[in-house]
Amino acid sequence: MSEITILQNGRIIDPANKVDQRGDLWLRDGRVVAPESLVPEGARRFDLQGKWVVPGLIDMHVHLREPGEEYKETITSGARAAAAGGFTAVACMPNTKPVNDTAAVTRFILEQAVHASARVYPVGTISKGGGGTGLAEYGELKAAGVVAVSDDGQPVVDSQLMRRAMEYAASHGLLVISHSEEIALSRNGVMNEGQVSTRLGLRGIPCAAESIMVYRELALAELTGARVHIAHVSTGAATDLIRQAKKRGVRVTAETTPHYFTLTEEAVVGYNTNAKMNPPLRVEEDRQAIRVGLQDGTFDAIATDHAPHSVLEKQVEFDRAANGIIGLETSLPLTLALVRAGVISETRLVELMSTAPARILSVPGGSLAIGEVADVTVIDPERRFHFTEEGVVSQSKNSPFLGWQLQGKAVLTLLGGRITYNDLQD
Amino acid sequence: MNKEYRFQHKHLLGMEQLSVEDILYVLSIARSFKEISARPIKKVPTLRGKTIINFFFEPSTRTRLSFEIAAKRMSADTFNISASTSSAQKGETLIDTARNLEAMSPDIIILRHPNSGSPLLLTQHVNAAIINAGDGTHEHPSQGLLDLMTVMEHKGRIEGLTIAIIGDITHSRVAHSDIIGFVRLGAQVRVAGPATFMPPGIESLGAQVCATAAQAVAGADVVMALRIQQERQHDPLIPSLREYARFYGVNRKLLELAKKDVLVMHPGPINRGVEMSPDVADGTGSVILDQVANGVAVRMALLYLVMGGEKGGDTQ
Repeated sequence: MSEITILQNGRIIDPANKVDQRGDLWLRDGRVVAPESLVPEGARRFDLQGKWVVPGLIDMHVHLREPGEEYKETITSGARAAAAGGFTAVACMPNTKPVNDTAAVTRFILEQAVHASARVYPVGTISKGGGGTGLAEYGELKAAGVVAVSDDGQPVVDSQLMRRAMEYAASHGLLVISHSEEIALSRNGVMNEGQVSTRLGLRGIPCAAESIMVYRELALAELTGARVHIAHVSTGAATDLIRQAKKRGVRVTAETTPHYFTLTEEAVVGYNTNAKMNPPLRVEEDRQAIRVGLQDGTFDAIATDHAPHSVLEKQVEFDRAANGIIGLETSLPLTLALVRAGVISETRLVELMSTAPARILSVPGGSLAIGEVADVTVIDPERRFHFTEEGVVSQSKNSPFLGWQLQGKAVLTLLGGRITYNDLQD
Repeated sequence: MNKEYRFQHKHLLGMEQLSVEDILYVLSIARSFKEISARPIKKVPTLRGKTIINFFFEPSTRTRLSFEIAAKRMSADTFNISASTSSAQKGETLIDTARNLEAMSPDIIILRHPNSGSPLLLTQHVNAAIINAGDGTHEHPSQGLLDLMTVMEHKGRIEGLTIAIIGDITHSRVAHSDIIGFVRLGAQVRVAGPATFMPPGIESLGAQVCATAAQAVAGADVVMALRIQQERQHDPLIPSLREYARFYGVNRKLLELAKKDVLVMHPGPINRGVEMSPDVADGTGSVILDQVANGVAVRMALLYLVMGGEKGGDTQ
């Protein structure tokens, strides 16, 4: 017997198919199907009263901590947080313990994800062991299921290795994701270098640490003709470099995160370890430049860099605190704030959070075309909620947005037609 | 001073938190306490029965001794813990160590720590009053206050004076507290050193960055040299101490550019012949040992004030 779900009276926003209209979306047996004139018996129906119906959101940059640091997050808990944030798929970075540099680890991750509330796409390491020397076995990793390679958390210091990685990854149809950081400039730094770091007596990380390495990656992509994706861009300078490279036809895509377009280094004042991440929060000019980059298409995707840490890593001296914040449950509300501020349109939001990530990673979803997977997110752009530690679904609570009043959220998430999150209140 | 004034701070984390009124009040109390150290019996019962812990994660002789003497002259019971004797060596976190101390009911914890912001972190987890005795490259407020007291003592005022601070401003918590304090009381503060020693945005604290030591010292009322750390492995800030001494060392010749009655200061310990020549350190105008003496008085005042400023902890 087939299972049918009908999302009625939604505002369907599906940029992949140039759709933005009121209507019904039919899902049957895990696929999007054409609406029929008669509602079959046993169909599950939701009257959405104009709420948005969009292709399931995809976060192409998360850390799920399993294997190795299950006390921070597991694939199950991370996927549950993803569903609560409106995501139906995530790409998980390889800096686990052990790192995902072999097919065995990739298969373990995929096995753990079989019953998870989101599709989990493993990212393999660029280098063997993630140690910055020698290439990981991309062919085997790809065959086991990785969608990209990255040494995220650390830059690839050796330029020749990065060049070879881009070339070799291209042969296997894999995307290289760059954590762009010139480590000689950022070493021991714990926040953005500037007035606030001086006032707080904290060691700074200059913007040049990011832009120098972004420039290298762009030059290597140009040299090799391979694709490169720049992760978590935090500065206006790097945004400019990417914009210019795109104009020249370099095969580059880029992501930024909600914290870079929402917060500045001022969030660190009071030595708030929940505002410590790498790259660090920058200044207002950078925040504005990132917003312009989202508007003009310099950025292809919004990712979260969801990085769960427990109090063990965060309730310590600022210098000793781990980098990173959770982001899956705040990404959509913070991006909706950009829509309300007139920075981006509703359509652009869906492109940045679903259509483009699917295209960049070459994975299913990102579209509500008939025959596509039934990964769907229903968004109530009006719903207000108080983001509190008690309300966090992720196993870790390290967010600088705790205590914020947020507006707009996912109220229904469907993965292959199955409900993974339901917060419809009517 | 406003008669209604009360010192409201439970903790002293930095000069940043102190208003002009607060600073003047601390200095007035310190001046009244200074005389105690000149008595044949250098002890008053003010903090009798109070427990004060000197919690030092970094080596320190002068500051720790100064706080300890200050506490003992106020009749408090003092205990010293250093990094090598604390459980930090055994992997205990700062917060856990602090909570354990807390369980023994100290009244004041004086903290010296290599990480900026550690004293603030401590206030979030213990009930004792916290005094910052130097945190990372952030602040060293008691040093800032004793510097203000010393200049006030010799010049009768701070407002309108020109203070030149020469050295590694980036890595100096003393410089940060001094800049904030002197600027707040109306002095003009100039800083000088190679650009590798100048933190970005130091102007936002009110300091004026000078291109050369000579520019900073010209017409100055006070010249302060900062201790130069040995070269850092991964961060070449200066080529050699020798070259530094030649271009930024405070010597007789440089001081000729300053006012005739210039005060020479140094937070110690001095690298003689590097940031300051011996004849200057020991010469007329040097108030380096006055700084040390005033340190005890300022710290007595701070201990007294964070305990609520009531004369005698046990006035039953």
